[in-house]
Amino acid sequence: MSDAILTLDNVTKVFGRADKPVYAARAVSFALHPGRTLALVGESGSGKTTAARLIMREYTPDEGQLLFRGVPLGKGDARALRNYRSSVQMVFQDPFASLNPTHTIRYHLERPLKLHQKGLTSAQRQAAIVELLERVKLDPKLIMPKFPHELSGGQRQRISIARALAVNPQVIVADEPTSMLDVSVRQGILNLLNDMKAELKLALLYITHDIATARYVADDIMVMYAGQIVEWGAVNKVLDDPQHPYTRLLLSAVPDPDRRFDDVRFADELGRVEEIRTLSARPQPETAQAGENHFYRPFPAV
Amino acid sequence: MSDPVLSVRNLNIDYIGAETNFHAVKNVSFDIAPGEFFGLAGESGCGKSTIAFAVSRLHRPPALIRTGSEILVSGRDVLGLNDADLRKFRWREVAMVFQSAMNSLNPVLTIEAQFYDVLRAHGPISRAEARARATELLKLVDIAPERLDNYPHQCSGGMRQRIVIAICLALNPKLLIMDEPTTALDVVVQREILQRIDVLRKRLGFSVLFITHDLGLMVQVSDRIGIMLEGELVEVNDAQTIYRHPQHPYTQRLWASMPKLHGEQTRREPVL
Ligand SMILES: Nc1ncnc2c1ncn2[C@@H]1O[C@H](COP(=O)(O)OP(=O)(O)OP(=O)(O)O)[C@@H](O)[C@H]1O
Ligand SMILES: Nc1ncnc2c1ncn2[C@@H]1O[C@H](COP(=O)(O)OP(=O)(O)OP(=O)(O)O)[C@@H](O)[C@H]1O
Ligand SMILES: [Mg+2]
Ligand SMILES: [Mg+2]
Repeated sequence: MSDAILTLDNVTKVFGRADKPVYAARAVSFALHPGRTLALVGESGSGKTTAARLIMREYTPDEGQLLFRGVPLGKGDARALRNYRSSVQMVFQDPFASLNPTHTIRYHLERPLKLHQKGLTSAQRQAAIVELLERVKLDPKLIMPKFPHELSGGQRQRISIARALAVNPQVIVADEPTSMLDVSVRQGILNLLNDMKAELKLALLYITHDIATARYVADDIMVMYAGQIVEWGAVNKVLDDPQHPYTRLLLSAVPDPDRRFDDVRFADELGRVEEIRTLSARPQPETAQAGENHFYRPFPAV
Repeated sequence: MSDPVLSVRNLNIDYIGAETNFHAVKNVSFDIAPGEFFGLAGESGCGKSTIAFAVSRLHRPPALIRTGSEILVSGRDVLGLNDADLRKFRWREVAMVFQSAMNSLNPVLTIEAQFYDVLRAHGPISRAEARARATELLKLVDIAPERLDNYPHQCSGGMRQRIVIAICLALNPKLLIMDEPTTALDVVVQREILQRIDVLRKRLGFSVLFITHDLGLMVQVSDRIGIMLEGELVEVNDAQTIYRHPQHPYTQRLWASMPKLHGEQTRREPVL
């Protein structure tokens, strides 16, 4: 595999009071590689966004460290930090909060172009904005003069994706970039991320609840529960031969039009959910290997 | 067949702009029967939320409903309600769980206080009575009564979502509208919530208007499904027909563009 561009090495992040700690990340380790997509899936509240915020340096690790091109970050090297900041871009989960209601869409895209591609003429910037909007399947003429509140939820999300792409980053952390998009627009965005990954050798961390799309875009996948990565490896191995009970539960809950909700088989599965949750939440420092590039945390015997 | 709970006829909605108007909902008509779970699917921007807001009479300018449009709830003309009638209509006839509902709780009030506000708005009720009723409602969505003393930030996203649904059920509405109620949740929690709604509507008899772009999920839970394309309702059919024998070419294209969980991954192109 190619060299890692970004590595999390045993990172732990704890919230809450000392007597009631919440482990949002518990000894989390993974690496992002140029030209590869790593998917992160898991329960709501398991720590996925926390991992993203650690990468964006909005949180500092309580334990462990981040490495950029093999060099530990945060040793006060201002230039390295600036370089890091312009190389790593994030697409947020919530398009409502991440767009400024007082500015037009044109402004939202023009600003990063001005900041990060200073050589462009005004006409070139204009052309770049048009291209970005077309990439995310929006009509540039119609959309550029609009304000965020005049767009539907899905349209707004497409603007924040276009904005992240505007600065030609090397790493993109996408936190549920398509959760508000319908299948067909989602498809366009996923194809776009795939193309960018291949053409620009982007390293992508794709956080999602949609496991089918993770399958579609990702090379590798991690399953997170209560701050721990409970299973990880090549995406087809993990999804076709899941080892951890939480991974299995997650896969069984993926929407499947062949199974109605009044199907009796669901009743049994529902009965086991709480038990699987309780046991998955226990700290498990050991690792077991299921095959080449396929690992998991052994589940406590019941 | 019994009279529909919701009857939408020739609904036309514009967004009024400075220069041009945008015709967001075009001549839409459909019915929802008592106890029915009706799904409304379609791509981003096709007008789903616009319809949901109009049905619950929460639409505001620049949205303008054209004359000739008709929305009837249990036979009553929703668009003609005056302010006093509207207060009785909200929550009691139609309750709506918004897109991004988990952020719609008031952050400075306890869960108990938020139940009290809704219950009190519809007739005198003591604190103790309200607490008892809230406990009962939380039980319906499988949340422990101790949570009544919590503030929203002390509850996880999935819990907040279920609490909003419980509040929406407080006054036994005839129609529950859910606009993308589970997009921010993992599939396990999503399934739990929707299965609970499915059980509840069968037990309590309310109807559901469920909006999502996840067609697979919609087929699992809906009785009938309407497919929207650019403001128009292009197909309405029972869920199994929408899945197994979609009639409209657009519905067929929607299915073809869905990524699969297992098997070979071929590149799929967007529908439009
Ligand atoms: N700033 C914070 N202060 C206190 N607790 C926090 C903070 N941020 C996150 N947490 C807690 O850390 C845990 C992980 O949260 P995080 O947002 O990372 O979850 P997530 O996996 O992204 O969930 P979702 O899928 O719902 O977005 C949760 O229990 C959350 O309540
Ligand atoms: N306040 C507004 N002013 C002008 N146009 C609007 C306004 N709100 C919505 N629109 C437009 O009306 C159309 C329908 O929007 P609506 O929010 O109903 O879509 P939706 O089907 O709910 O989409 P999504 O799946 O993205 O939530 C969109 O094209 C949108 O741009
Ligand atoms: Mg998150
Ligand atoms: Mg909407």
